[in-house]
Amino acid sequence: MDYSERLENVAVLGAAGKMGSGIVLLVAMEMADTALRSPSRRFVLHAVDVSHAVLSGLVKYLREQVQKAAEKKIVALRKVYADRADLIDNSDIVRQYVTDVLDIVRPTTMLEAAAEANIIFEAAPENLDLKLKLFAKTASDNPRQPWVFTNTSSIPIEEIAGKARLDGRVMGFHFYNPPAVQKLVELIRGRSTSDEVATFATTLCKSLRKVVVPSADVAGFIGNGHFMRDLLHGVAEVERLAATMPFVEAVYSVNRVSQDFLVRPMGIFQLADYVGIDVCQLIMAVMNPRLPGANLHSALVDRFMALGVGGGQNHDGSQKDGFLQYAKGKIVGVYDPNAKKYVPLSDFQAACDARLGPLPEPAVAWKDVVRDKAKDARLSQFFGALKSVKTSGAELALAYGARSREIGLKLVSDGVARNADDVNQVLLTGFFHAYGPINAYFG
Amino acid sequence: MNKLRRKVYMTAGFNTVSMGTGRKEFHPKKPRPGLEHYIREAGRGTLAQVGGAANIDEGVIGNFMAARFNSQGNLAAFIPSIDEGLLWKPCTRVEGACASGALALATGVKSVLAETAEMALAVGVEVQNTVKAIYGADILATAGWSQERRTGHAYFFPGKFSDRAGAYYEKYGRERTRKAMARWYRNAIENARLCPTAQEFENRTADLEAVALGEPNPSSFVDHLTVFDCSKVSDGASAIAIASEEGLKRAGISTGDAVEIVGIGQAEADLTVPPADLTRLETTARAVEKALASAGISVGELATVETHDCFTIAGILAVEAIGLAKPGEGPDYVLAGQTARGGRVPFNTTGGLVGWGHPTGATGVHQAVTIWEQLTGRAGKSQIEIPKDRPYGLTVNMGGDDKTVVAIVYRRG
Ligand SMILES: NC(=O)c1ccc[n+]([C@@H]2O[C@H](COP(=O)([O-])OP(=O)(O)OC[C@H]3O[C@@H](n4cnc5c(N)ncnc54)[C@H](O)[C@@H]3O)[C@@H](O)[C@H]2O)c1
Repeated sequence: MDYSERLENVAVLGAAGKMGSGIVLLVAMEMADTALRSPSRRFVLHAVDVSHAVLSGLVKYLREQVQKAAEKKIVALRKVYADRADLIDNSDIVRQYVTDVLDIVRPTTMLEAAAEANIIFEAAPENLDLKLKLFAKTASDNPRQPWVFTNTSSIPIEEIAGKARLDGRVMGFHFYNPPAVQKLVELIRGRSTSDEVATFATTLCKSLRKVVVPSADVAGFIGNGHFMRDLLHGVAEVERLAATMPFVEAVYSVNRVSQDFLVRPMGIFQLADYVGIDVCQLIMAVMNPRLPGANLHSALVDRFMALGVGGGQNHDGSQKDGFLQYAKGKIVGVYDPNAKKYVPLSDFQAACDARLGPLPEPAVAWKDVVRDKAKDARLSQFFGALKSVKTSGAELALAYGARSREIGLKLVSDGVARNADDVNQVLLTGFFHAYGPINAYFG
Repeated sequence: MNKLRRKVYMTAGFNTVSMGTGRKEFHPKKPRPGLEHYIREAGRGTLAQVGGAANIDEGVIGNFMAARFNSQGNLAAFIPSIDEGLLWKPCTRVEGACASGALALATGVKSVLAETAEMALAVGVEVQNTVKAIYGADILATAGWSQERRTGHAYFFPGKFSDRAGAYYEKYGRERTRKAMARWYRNAIENARLCPTAQEFENRTADLEAVALGEPNPSSFVDHLTVFDCSKVSDGASAIAIASEEGLKRAGISTGDAVEIVGIGQAEADLTVPPADLTRLETTARAVEKALASAGISVGELATVETHDCFTIAGILAVEAIGLAKPGEGPDYVLAGQTARGGRVPFNTTGGLVGWGHPTGATGVHQAVTIWEQLTGRAGKSQIEIPKDRPYGLTVNMGGDDKTVVAIVYRRG
């Protein structure tokens, strides 16, 4: 089976979810593009999820996103449809492309539909038992021997291969959220994953114009390998600071330091809220037992989840409250688990900022520096200055930067990442950092 | 047209803001004023300077494609909405793609010559930001022959002028031409910065020629042009009064506050026949030749020109078509600074289509307003000096790919 034949029949499990919907979008467009090059073939994508309600949301999302994508690639699409006498205006062509892509997608609640696929993308919730149940019904003993690309963020691939009887034909295909926008894909080969499967994955990533970083098959891979430990450092700092100041002030301070002082796109607790505290808990629950001695567990995270404070996003993409409280995307408060309520930032922000001290001059903001070609010099100067000021903000930031670097180096020495560049690429591309954790600033 | 049988003047010009992505107040997701607003604002701006609607005998409105940009036809009936005093007066809407504005002027001039009006109100309008650029391209493509649309570029007109640029590079050299196009862009933006209604009024780019010299990207746009070579999609309207001596007197306006139309030339090419030579604007050349002949002047007597630079390459080709430079020497003329505001014949002194903007149906009227301002000393910060021995202004308004062209020669009245 060659590349395009293999693509003729695909299924996505968890198709209406955050990751699933993006995967359906990307893969369906790749299938439509392939179909337009070889019109004799029939392409089908089974978009499987649990309810018609979520699937109709998926179709709406697809229609909007395919239209946007078509508008962006209109110059190329006009050539693709050049021999269609009935398509004249750009609007005709965009409409046709949307139709062609949506015609491929078969939304369904029937899991059995996936059993006829050559390829199954799995993007169900991060729960091994659930994933195994889904594979059992679609892939495990299927004589068609479909290939499985799981989007798991943390579960080792070889463990899935063994437990789901998918020897040789399962691979980690770890998109970042949202898949249609984020350039990074971590590809994870299990010990048994066949060359054929891996080659296909690489070819598909190339067609999708993704930046591929291979990761070893170790729970959490590179991305969460760094993120979870980085988060736990933030939590530990909060617990330490909370001995001398109110809890909410400690959270605010560490969040601010990990954003403004470290020149990152968001602070560590905002990131945890963005990903979802529930998701962080799940990922740690997968990683911890599989990485003896790593101690990837947080009583604080468990406590928040027990209190029903979980972060994550609303359907419209707006941020739900978590460690922090949001209004129109801006942080306005911090949760106090003792009082079980959010304390407004205005009550303590000024005092905390005064205690942290000013940012060194010339200050460098993440959004100004992230696309600057000369950012290395600006960051060197900034972090150099940070070392010379003796404020508590600088102290926390230097410890944070050093810890992040240590985590990165350990991912390399443990063989999770091939080298420092791969670690840095994941943080730069998948987390939009302006610099990789393995750098000279905190060396 | 031969020598005009009666003196015809233009006065009381008015431009709305040229609205689009270049303006600070533009927000793609927020509601914006529509056609009615622009027509009224421009029309009222002119009426206020001519003593009101009572002094207007007739209205003409130029517009290209409100039928598709705004789902609106029958635009002549918007003229009475400018002022109650215009109710029941004869009004006409004219269309000739991007030359609709100058066709409105020509129509008004003919009414004054025919003595059916002593003063006509000419309005040009287009509101284009109602659709995304890629769909706007479909609408603007109707200025070409519909039979060519299917095989044309996604961005149909940029595609056409990219082909012209490509042919010109081939024949006369790419590097020098690109440099001249970048200079054209710089002149346009620098002039727009002097005109508060210009879309690029607030452009702060430091090195304009450097950005304009970026390489074209054929996979997302066209082969030989970048976005900096293109005029700006705009919402806007312009208005001006066209009058006989009688009409001016009735409105209490002295001829010195008006410009006299000393020559007018109009030419039409066949929409179904592609240009014989991509490196020449033949229809433009013919219209300008007629206008100069009807004015009885030579090209050397021009003080300033407003030309239809829908693309920077069209500006350079127009310099040649007007006769200021020989074929292939337009880039030298531009690079020598002759078209800049300090040069021998300043072009597009408020930014032209690239800098002020191109609300398609309004452009021809906007050009006349700019010339009126310059020749009567009303151009504010963008004022240039008009030499006594070369007192003439020229406007060149082009519809489609050099298909419908109107050229007008003006002198202070
Ligand atoms: N969200 C992220 O940032 C992110 C990033 C990378 C990878 N991941 C991984 O992607 C996977 C999906 O995560 P998500 O964030 O998209 O979750 P999600 O909750 O948004 O989506 C999961 C989808 O699966 C559906 N589902 C649940 N049970 C099902 C069943 N029995 N059959 C079919 N569909 C079922 C749900 O209805 C939902 O639409 C997880 O493995 C996660 O770890 C998530």
